Amino acid sequence: MSAHFEHSLDDLKQKLLTLASKAAAAVNNAIKALLDRDDDLARKVKEDDAELDELEMEVDDMGIGLLSKAPLASDLRLITVAMKFAQNLERIGDEATTIARRSLELSQEPQLKPYVDIPRMAHLALDMLNDTLDAFVGRDPAKARAVVPRDKQVDAINKQLHRELASFMIEKPTTITRCLNLMVISKALERIADHASNLAEEVVYLYEGEDVRHKLKKAAPSPAGETPPPAA
Amino acid sequence: MPFTSNRTPAVPTPASAATPAAPATASPALTIRNLTVSFGTNKVLKGVSLDIAARAVTAIIGPSGCGKSTFLRALNRLHELVPEARMEGDIRLFGEDIYGAAVEPVVVRRRVGMVFQKSNPFPTMSIADNVTVGLRLNGLRNRTLLAERTEQSLRMAALWDEVKDRLNAPAISLSGGQQQRLCIARALAVKPEVLLMDEPASALDPLATAKIEDLILELKRDFTIVIVTHNMQQAARISDLTAFFYLGELIEYNTTTKIFTNPAKKQTEDYVTGRFG
Repeated sequence: MSAHFEHSLDDLKQKLLTLASKAAAAVNNAIKALLDRDDDLARKVKEDDAELDELEMEVDDMGIGLLSKAPLASDLRLITVAMKFAQNLERIGDEATTIARRSLELSQEPQLKPYVDIPRMAHLALDMLNDTLDAFVGRDPAKARAVVPRDKQVDAINKQLHRELASFMIEKPTTITRCLNLMVISKALERIADHASNLAEEVVYLYEGEDVRHKLKKAAPSPAGETPPPAA
Repeated sequence: MPFTSNRTPAVPTPASAATPAAPATASPALTIRNLTVSFGTNKVLKGVSLDIAARAVTAIIGPSGCGKSTFLRALNRLHELVPEARMEGDIRLFGEDIYGAAVEPVVVRRRVGMVFQKSNPFPTMSIADNVTVGLRLNGLRNRTLLAERTEQSLRMAALWDEVKDRLNAPAISLSGGQQQRLCIARALAVKPEVLLMDEPASALDPLATAKIEDLILELKRDFTIVIVTHNMQQAARISDLTAFFYLGELIEYNTTTKIFTNPAKKQTEDYVTGRFG
C-alpha cells in the first residue's frame, strides 16, 4: 500500500471525526435550545445542518475514490464502514434539526411541564454516541458491543413518554399541539439512539470483521423492570 | 531419473495438523500432505498440507519467492524435469498417489493440465493442430474425433467463434489473449480433471484478462482449478478459496471472502492490504 493511500485513509478518518463531533454538537445544542427556550440556538442548529450534509457527501466521495483503488481486508472494511458512519451521522444531524424546529414551536407557548425524560433520553443517546466514537478511535470493539443493547433503554423511555403524553392530550385537549411536538422530539431522540447503536455495530465489524447487526440487540435483555418516572 | 522422491507415503495426516484453519472440503480433488520441495540446499516449500476442493477455483497468493509456482508445479510432477529438485510428502488426486511407483508422469499431466504465464502455442502449428497435439501424441488419429474435440475444446475456451473460420491459420497469428485461450483449449482437449494456471492473465490487457476470468468461472463447473496470481483483485473476483503462502509455508487458507475481508493472520492482512515487509 502506498503512503499516499495511507494518507487518504487518515484523511477519511479525520473527516468522519469532524462529522461526528458536529453531529453530537447539533444534538447537544438542540436539547439546550429546548430546555433554555433559546430560539437563536435552535435556528443555529437548523442552519448548521447543511455542514453535516456537505461532510456526508465528502466522506462518500472520498470513500468512492478509495474503493476505486480496490482495497482489501481492514482497509476495505474501514472504507465501507466510513460511508455507513457518515450516513448515520448525517441522519443524527437531521434528527437534531427536527428537535430544533419543534423547540421553536414549543417556545411560542408556555412550557407544558418540567422536562425530565427528554434530557434523560438525550443524555443516554449522546453517551451511546460518544462511547461509540471512543470505541472507533480507541479500536475497542468490546466497548462498541456494550453500546448496542443500551438502545433499548431509550426505546423504553420513548414508549413511556408517548403513553404519558397521550393521557395528557385526552385530559386537556389544549395541550395537544405541545404534546405532539414533544412526541416528535422524543421519537427523534429514540432515532438518535438507534443511529448510535448502528454505528456501534459498524465499529464491531470494522475491528472484528463480524457482522453483528440485528444480533446484539436481540440477545440483550429488555429493560422491562425499569420504569422511568412519568414526567416529560 | 534425476528427480528424487523421498516421500512419506504413510496414511495422510489431517490437514489441520499442519495447516492453519483449512476450510472443510467435502471430497477434495487434491489432497496434499507435508509437501516439502527443495532445489539443492534451498528448501522452497516447507511441509505444506491442504485440500484442493473439486470443481472450485482455488487461488494461491503470496509474495515473489514464497513457493506458489513451486507448489503448482508439484501438482503435476513438473519438478521431475529439474535435476536438483527433491520432493517429500504426499499428493493424492481423488485419493490416488500421483507420485506412486506405477503412475506415469505423462498420465498425471494429462489428468492435471497446466497453463503458464506466457502463452506458449506451438508457433509452426495451426490453431487446430495446437488444440489436438496432446490427443495426437496419445495416439488418436480419427479425423472426425479430432475435429469434434477441436471444436469442443475451443468452445470451452470461449475461442471458437473467433477462430472457427481460420482453424488452419498459424497459432501465432492470434492476439496474446487469444493465444492464451488457445493454450487453455489445448489443455482442455485431453479432458483433464484439474487445471493449474500460473498467472494466466498477467501478460494480458484488461479486456483479454476479463475474458480469461469469465472463462475460468465457466470452467469451474466441470474442472477443478488452481490458479497462482499476484493480482489480489483477480483472486477476489474468481476464486472460491484462497491460500496465502509466505517463505515456503502455508500461512492461511480459507474462503476467498474471509481472506480478503477479514483474514485471521496478521501476515495475510499485511500482504493483502499491501503493507507487507
